[in-house]
Amino acid sequence: MALLEVRDLQVRVEDREILHGLSLTVSKGEVHAIMGPNGSGKSTLSHVIAGKPGYEVTGGQILFNGEDLLEMEPDERAAKGVFLAFQYPVEIPGVATMNFLRTALNAQRKARGESEYSTPDFLKKVREVAKSLNIPQDMLRRGVNVGFSGGEKKRNEILQMALFEPQLCILDEMDSGLDIDALRIAADGVNALRSPDRAMVVITHYQRLLNYIIPDFVHVMSRGRVVKSGGRELALELEESGYAQFEDAA
Amino acid sequence: MNVALAKTDAGRAVDRVFAAARDRLPGGGRVADARGKAFEAFERAGLPHRRLEEWKYTDLRVLMREVLPLAGAPDAAALERARPALQACAIDGAARLVLVDGVFVETLSDAAEAGVSVRALRKVLEQDDTDLLSASATDVMISLNAALATDGVVIEVGDGAALTRPIQIVHVATAASASIVTRSLLKLGKGARATLVESFVAAEGAKGYQSNDAVMIAVGDGAELSQVRLVADSLDAVNVTSAIYAIGARTKLNVFNLTSGGAVSRFQGFLTLAGEGSELSVNGVNLLKGTQHADTTLVVDHAVPHCTSREIFRAVVDDRAHSVFQGRIIVRPDAQKTDGKMMTRALLLSDEAEADNKPELEIFADDVTCGHGATAGALDEGLLFYLRARGLAEKEAQALLIQAFVGEAIEQIADDKFREAAMAQAERWLEARH
Repeated sequence: MALLEVRDLQVRVEDREILHGLSLTVSKGEVHAIMGPNGSGKSTLSHVIAGKPGYEVTGGQILFNGEDLLEMEPDERAAKGVFLAFQYPVEIPGVATMNFLRTALNAQRKARGESEYSTPDFLKKVREVAKSLNIPQDMLRRGVNVGFSGGEKKRNEILQMALFEPQLCILDEMDSGLDIDALRIAADGVNALRSPDRAMVVITHYQRLLNYIIPDFVHVMSRGRVVKSGGRELALELEESGYAQFEDAA
Repeated sequence: MNVALAKTDAGRAVDRVFAAARDRLPGGGRVADARGKAFEAFERAGLPHRRLEEWKYTDLRVLMREVLPLAGAPDAAALERARPALQACAIDGAARLVLVDGVFVETLSDAAEAGVSVRALRKVLEQDDTDLLSASATDVMISLNAALATDGVVIEVGDGAALTRPIQIVHVATAASASIVTRSLLKLGKGARATLVESFVAAEGAKGYQSNDAVMIAVGDGAELSQVRLVADSLDAVNVTSAIYAIGARTKLNVFNLTSGGAVSRFQGFLTLAGEGSELSVNGVNLLKGTQHADTTLVVDHAVPHCTSREIFRAVVDDRAHSVFQGRIIVRPDAQKTDGKMMTRALLLSDEAEADNKPELEIFADDVTCGHGATAGALDEGLLFYLRARGLAEKEAQALLIQAFVGEAIEQIADDKFREAAMAQAERWLEARH
């Protein structure tokens, strides 16, 4: 059984249809890249999978391990193992990062019927992961993402990914706003989490990110549909020829 | 003209309340005269209403309708019922002074530490001392308070005394459909240091009571006071508290009010900075649900130069509740180099919730820094989704954001223990929402 199965998904925002019958199958151990021009519906897809309000699904379905994801609240999806790394992680003043991480991790564990982490175990785990991502301790004491640079915010997303150990990671434009060094650190963090038990969907406009996170499959989206799928070479091809050739195909 | 002929039903009812109470109110002679005059002042105006600017958003004629008869002195059964309520609001290490239904109960209270004198207000009034019935601020509810105050505590901290234990005044209500009227004084001598917590709680059986408290606080030159009010009255009660502060030079005064209880409540603070070089911080949080109405009205009067004042206020308003914040900063002509700032924010958790923010600056000096800001809005959907996408259920996500929101005000509390107590009361309110 596929980990994620998106079947003929149709999605509206207000009166506009954004996705017109999108299908995508992702199995454990795979890394899929979704590429496409601005406005092709890439971010909409990631938001609908994570359960962001404001989108109306008018047709199709999303199955996660065979379960109907669209019937679940966003927090239930997280507990089942869906993780969205935000394109623009929000700042939450007054909520200390450490407190947030512990509350979120324990909420997920509780929802799965697992025991909550003890404080020392939790701290040990966070410190280990933070160190590998080059996240200083004082960042963890600050409000969630408050005053973080673009790179720090993205690293904080990857820190959460490592901590929550999701089955499906969706990385929405992880490279946006990152310089090459920040990108490399973030990509290393993601690569360390590649595993036969986990799948990743990497959403990006540019092929640059895929030099660091090597995908198994590449899908091109245009005007709310997947118009072409292939292997890694498809990304390189796009780099050469751009998206224009697909605009008509859609 | 015969005034009596013009009386309304409510006017006649309050006449009867005062007439019935007169015989049992402590103090004769001059004290009785002073009470009579205060009552006349109240009677002329009646309960405050929306046509008075100061009471615009809190119309007591609508919200309170009438003044209930005074509660009787608590009997043994009432004192027994007060005990669990006292336990619930206990603060570790505090020297507790307990008022049950408006009467100071020595047997439930702790002895004061060295350097502090504590007397019951009724003892002071019985000595024909009228000073405590006069107040520097004028308000009709203060007049009513002077007329009907049954008891209170008169606390005096000597010059230079640094208290090791917080003083806690606990107002416990056990009465039903009655007025509880108290008046207290805290006087800090020069260079004294103290912490004061005032708790308003209801014992089992307390119902529909009306609490009217007045507290006079005098902070001597160089003194430091941290004060926290934790208002957790029963949800059908009325609580109007007037706090009148006389603030000396080079003081540090830190005041915090947390209201999560009561059907109708108002905390009105009149703070006069009368000595140079003082730092004043007055903050508060309202946590309201159902049809609760809570009003914080502060008048900060910079009468002299070189003082700073800071006001941070947060309201969380759910269901059909109504929160009011009125903050007036007055800078007198001589009060140059005044630095006064006020920020009030309201979080509306339902479409029917209401928050009124009314900041006012009256500046008569030309070399000052003053500012204010006010906002009202809902929880940020983007933040909520982020938290939910990380596994927090809707109420949990809301609770975390609300905690952060009120935390900005609670953080201002100078005393660690008080900060924890305020946070605990806020957390209880949030848990009750689940």
